[in-house]
Amino acid sequence: MIPRVVKGGMTLAAIAAVCASLVAATYQLTTDRIAANERAWLERSLLPALGDVPFDGSITDSKIVLEPPHGLPGSDAAVIYRARSGGVPAAALFAVTARGGYAGPIRILVGIRAGGCVTGVRILEHRETPGLGDGIEPARSDWVYQFDGRSLGDPPLAGWQLRADGGRFDQLTGASVTPRAVVKAIRETLLYFDAHQAEIFDMPATADSQ
Amino acid sequence: MTAGLLVDRLRTGLWRENPGLVQLLGLCPLLAVTTTFVNGLGLGIATVLVLTCSNILVSATRRWILAEIRIPIYVLIIASLVTCIELIFKAWFPALDRSLGIFIPLIVTNCAIVARAELFASRNGIVASFFDGLGMGTGFALLLMAIGLFRELVGRGSLFAEFDKLIGGEPLAGLVIVDGGWLLAVLPPGAFFSLALAVALKNHLDSKRDTARRA
Repeated sequence: MIPRVVKGGMTLAAIAAVCASLVAATYQLTTDRIAANERAWLERSLLPALGDVPFDGSITDSKIVLEPPHGLPGSDAAVIYRARSGGVPAAALFAVTARGGYAGPIRILVGIRAGGCVTGVRILEHRETPGLGDGIEPARSDWVYQFDGRSLGDPPLAGWQLRADGGRFDQLTGASVTPRAVVKAIRETLLYFDAHQAEIFDMPATADSQ
Repeated sequence: MTAGLLVDRLRTGLWRENPGLVQLLGLCPLLAVTTTFVNGLGLGIATVLVLTCSNILVSATRRWILAEIRIPIYVLIIASLVTCIELIFKAWFPALDRSLGIFIPLIVTNCAIVARAELFASRNGIVASFFDGLGMGTGFALLLMAIGLFRELVGRGSLFAEFDKLIGGEPLAGLVIVDGGWLLAVLPPGAFFSLALAVALKNHLDSKRDTARRA
């Protein structure tokens, strides 16, 4: 007669083994598709911020990950993707974190053409209030397009603020906290690009840790 | 088990003991994801799959499961199924997975599922458990869709927006009834109001039917 506790343990072990094989089989079946989806999603979310800048190959291959302190906005890792055209630096995409939003960090993507013009700004992740602060999403309003083609000289540095603060950029109806955080992050990214442009394009790509 | 009993299982899950409307189980995902119809449909499908499969597995293994370890075994079975569903969603419906986010893995903690394992599947045959899971899951899914539909219509003024999350391709705006809406409906309080309205509607219909029957 097997003791009850041993019998229970054996049942649990047998069912755990069956369940683990089920998960392992599903993982085997899906892992390639999931990796392809994530890559495609990343490419798709990066391209809009690059505007019409032509580039060679895949942008995701040129990733650099900067651990803090890095001088860019945000206190978490910043990611830079570099686009080259005919081997010459064409533009850089910065995935940085804007602080000071209404509800936690706002992850934004700033594209800057070699020379310092903004090619586009996109919002990667945020938890701002639906209907108010979420106007920073291009799907909800045109707010984010006002940065296209701007640079540190246009408007001058003092103008890189909301109109409410004496600057040159519009806020959103009913929301200024969220736009203020985003404008500040874009300004800081432009300043960083201005100071480090040559190094950014010379750095070797960061290898994927996985 | 006769066909009549199977129909009865389905009717119990869909209406009489609907997990969301009557048992008020699984409210966390119900309230959190139902901002659009498509989100409700997506989580609904995932819940039906997990609930039906977990009921079948629990019922099939019920002979060997000792009473003392039944809960860990239910959790093990449910967690494995949810992990499989999550991987399948990530592989074939990546946009929907991104939008439902943490609520797919959190199906594990949907007490409606463990409740059906404990109250029904562990005491009944496989066929009956299958229909119980299907009925309860569909009842929950229909409620998710109804609340999603209502909140989307009132809160955003659209119907069936973002269907591209399910079928892929370019973003779809759905049917725009009015531009913008009453924001409160898509915020968390709107979820509670919508559920309260749904429960009230069900109770109203039930009491009306009872009065009609008595008369």
